[in-house]
Amino acid sequence: MKKLDRHQIAARVARDIPDGAYVNLGIGLPTLVANHIPKDREIVLHSENGILGLGPKPAAGTEDEDLIDAGKTPATALPGASYFHHADSFGMIRGGHIDICVLGAFQVAANGDIANWHTGEADAIPAVGGAMDLAAGAKQVFVTMEHLTKKGESKIVERCSYPLTGVRCVTRIYTDLAVIEVKADGLYLVEIVAEGLSFDELQRLNGVPLKYRAAA
Amino acid sequence: MIDKIFATPEAALADVPDGATVMIGGFGNAGMPSELIDCLIAQGAKELTVINNNAGNADAGLAALIGAGRVRKILCSFPRQADSWHFDKLYRAGKLELELVPQGTLAERIRAAGAGIGGFFTPTAFGTRLAEGKETRHINGRDYVLEHPIHADYALIKADRADRWGNLSYRKTARNFGPIMAAAAKCTVAQVRETVELGELDPESVVTPGIFVKRVVRLATLRKAP
Repeated sequence: MKKLDRHQIAARVARDIPDGAYVNLGIGLPTLVANHIPKDREIVLHSENGILGLGPKPAAGTEDEDLIDAGKTPATALPGASYFHHADSFGMIRGGHIDICVLGAFQVAANGDIANWHTGEADAIPAVGGAMDLAAGAKQVFVTMEHLTKKGESKIVERCSYPLTGVRCVTRIYTDLAVIEVKADGLYLVEIVAEGLSFDELQRLNGVPLKYRAAA
Repeated sequence: MIDKIFATPEAALADVPDGATVMIGGFGNAGMPSELIDCLIAQGAKELTVINNNAGNADAGLAALIGAGRVRKILCSFPRQADSWHFDKLYRAGKLELELVPQGTLAERIRAAGAGIGGFFTPTAFGTRLAEGKETRHINGRDYVLEHPIHADYALIKADRADRWGNLSYRKTARNFGPIMAAAAKCTVAQVRETVELGELDPESVVTPGIFVKRVVRLATLRKAP
């Protein structure tokens, strides 16, 4: 079996983002999605610190300390971009104006619950940022993650054991093994992306029963 | 005559008492009023409650205020950073109280204070441990959590240009928390790159109207081109 690498997962997510979408990309793997948006699609990237129309990284020497992204790294703004304050920015998120957000996760449950902000360790310093707002507010929540933990356990589970970020909000899961859709009656396989992986083997690795996807 | 422009940051912050609640603008270093924070450290006020998105980075600005032991409690959404060692140390030692608030809820609680709202129901954090113990309500098929406004005695913010009436314009993503914090505090102090004559700011480009600002200090801050 040949699993997808991080860039391939990002490219697979990008394929499913339609022309004209307003999209928020989380930090880490989700950020890579921006590199793979097909050239014939116009996507408006939202950065929750206050930009619509986020552009690529600036060339060395042209950074502006007043222009950063949600990861606090130097950014650029495309023609057509706008700036706004934090309450407006999260109004866009909570108000259902963001079509798709892409988040990383520790676990996703079969009912669409997501855990991605806290490992649950007692002495961990908690930090949540905008993850709970995005989970609760975006029209669609896409999750990108490796399918299995380092110990080989499925990160797709019946119930999350880590503290929740949001309830029943994830709509799609993109892993190094498969693309899975979360529906009211369970998880549907959209596509196996790992080369040489059978449905039965995926079913064995996955923590929750998978159904074949109904016609889209 | 109205003239909110103060000659020095020391004069603008002289009356901040011990125990004050202070909002500090900025997201990362963008919009962080570093010179005002340095001045607050020198001024000596202690037992402060601070509201910011983070809990300081490295050894400057808010991190230095925390490191100097002046902060009793912090409300923020994302304290843990690779370089938040001042916060981490005091928090682990039990010397700094933390109220962790989701970023959008933090922004809306600040906005609500400035707008005279007594509380609001938000879907954010419903069903999570950050909503534990809070009143919830089912409205039109959705679950919401009751949140309350955050008021402050002072807001220290950074803007780009100001006039003597306190009208402010911002630059790029440095706007972040400035406009909402300005409205939520009894005394808002803005450090700006440039002060201009009345009428020079296009009323269409004023983001924070002067009614929300009490004091303005011009500070030549280092800023990289362009």
